[in-house]
Amino acid sequence: MTASDSQPLIGVVALQGAAAEHVAAFRRAGARAVEIRVPADLDGVDAVALPGGESTTMSHLLGTSGLFEPLAERLAGGMPAFGTCAGMILLASEVLDGRPDQRCFGAIDISVRRNAFGRQVASFEAHLDTEGFDEPFEAVFIRAPWVERTGSSVEVLATVSPRSAFQDASATCAHDSDGLGQHHPVPVLCRSGSILVSSFHPELTADDRIHQIFLDMVGASVAR
Amino acid sequence: MNSGDGASHLVGTVRVKRGLADMLRGGVIMDVVTPEQAKIAEDAGAVAVMALERVPADIRRDGGVARMSDPAMIEGIQAAVTIPVMAKARIGHFGEAQVLESLDVDYIDESEVLTPADEAHHIDKWAFTVPFVCGATNLGEALRRISEGACMIRSKGEAGTGNIVEAVRHLRAITGDIRKITQADAAELFDWAKRLQSPLGLVQEIAETGRLPVPLFCAGGIATPADASLVMQLGAEAVFVGSGIFKSEDPGPRAEAIVEATTHYRDPSVVAKVSRGLGSAMPGLEMEGLETKLAERGW
Repeated sequence: MTASDSQPLIGVVALQGAAAEHVAAFRRAGARAVEIRVPADLDGVDAVALPGGESTTMSHLLGTSGLFEPLAERLAGGMPAFGTCAGMILLASEVLDGRPDQRCFGAIDISVRRNAFGRQVASFEAHLDTEGFDEPFEAVFIRAPWVERTGSSVEVLATVSPRSAFQDASATCAHDSDGLGQHHPVPVLCRSGSILVSSFHPELTADDRIHQIFLDMVGASVAR
Repeated sequence: MNSGDGASHLVGTVRVKRGLADMLRGGVIMDVVTPEQAKIAEDAGAVAVMALERVPADIRRDGGVARMSDPAMIEGIQAAVTIPVMAKARIGHFGEAQVLESLDVDYIDESEVLTPADEAHHIDKWAFTVPFVCGATNLGEALRRISEGACMIRSKGEAGTGNIVEAVRHLRAITGDIRKITQADAAELFDWAKRLQSPLGLVQEIAETGRLPVPLFCAGGIATPADASLVMQLGAEAVFVGSGIFKSEDPGPRAEAIVEATTHYRDPSVVAKVSRGLGSAMPGLEMEGLETKLAERGW
């Protein structure tokens, strides 16, 4: 597919992390995409994607680059946003196990726990049954966060069982003590209004179905 | 909707290992020797810290055998920060690497900065769940490390000197040969593999993609924001700063400035802005005066 000017323009926040992969995925899916580093880059953008990376670093750089305020304003105005891993943390309304000074946009009513599945040796791949997909999605989780609380407006599109991620690792599950129990599946792909978030990294696989979900949301939003 | 079958969960895959390197791109990884320094690094926006007992400048000054750090010291740093914590093992010392893996470090640097343990063999990195980064001075060395399982390559540079010249040489050697390989025809790729002493499959992959199969980072001698901008423009995807931060006059602001310069490396006005009033950089050493060239360790 080729992207024409009539198609929505997706801005991928490129302060740090896997921004280039998101740009490539959106272009494969037929959309236009640009990288965002300074406030002026937001001009003309219809929606944003916040990539995977280190959320503390991105939070810091959102401040120093002057992007935080204009982005918060656009999000409050209803601009669609897609956050993966660190991006999900930044869009959440509450961050658990974060730094006290870590900033987030509160664009989706969820509580997210950072590095919830454990350190890198516990990072994993899983075939994820996903709402609306005929075939499972190959999901890559890297020092991934999970969603510990969802507001009433939030739709859960996929979940994963934390326990099973640890079957090969000696690490114990950090999820023990909070009453949810290890075996309970946790949400890892959520949607609310025009906001889509995932614990995993759809930008690292060649499967663009989740990017397509977002582009459909953007299309619906632009049409309104 | 059911939640993925537990049996299909896989740890330690290439995608998971290279994936963390991808997530560190555009960031700065800082050498730290205490939990306090690790906090300063995280406050400044570091994407990860490298926990070690002595920064390369001190290893160079003190001499003697340099080894893996004390596990207690690594654990202290893990407890102090929420970002990934890396640690160094000696070249070929899989015993140290096993210890580091058991400590749950996020990446192991099989590093020439420590005294090599094996003069013929690097660590078989495929045997580990934890990912490895290795140094390289040229493309052949990079591809040999990748064939052994490294999931991130960094220039060696000349650690502990505050002198960027060797890192620039190594980056240019790697990216220059990649550019040439993309112009080579199928028959010439066999000759490239022979000359680089590297697996043909990796050379063919580079011919097709025009890039290393794993992220390429820069290490060795970065001391200023402009250094970071230079190496990012030369094709590095992130930077390691060793002695450059905590051997400078005012580490916190310098760390923050290098982080910003790495993000906005294409915008000289940002690099200029963050470079103002940082105090003096680490003193630095000329290559001619060095007794030991760390980059010559490994093969």
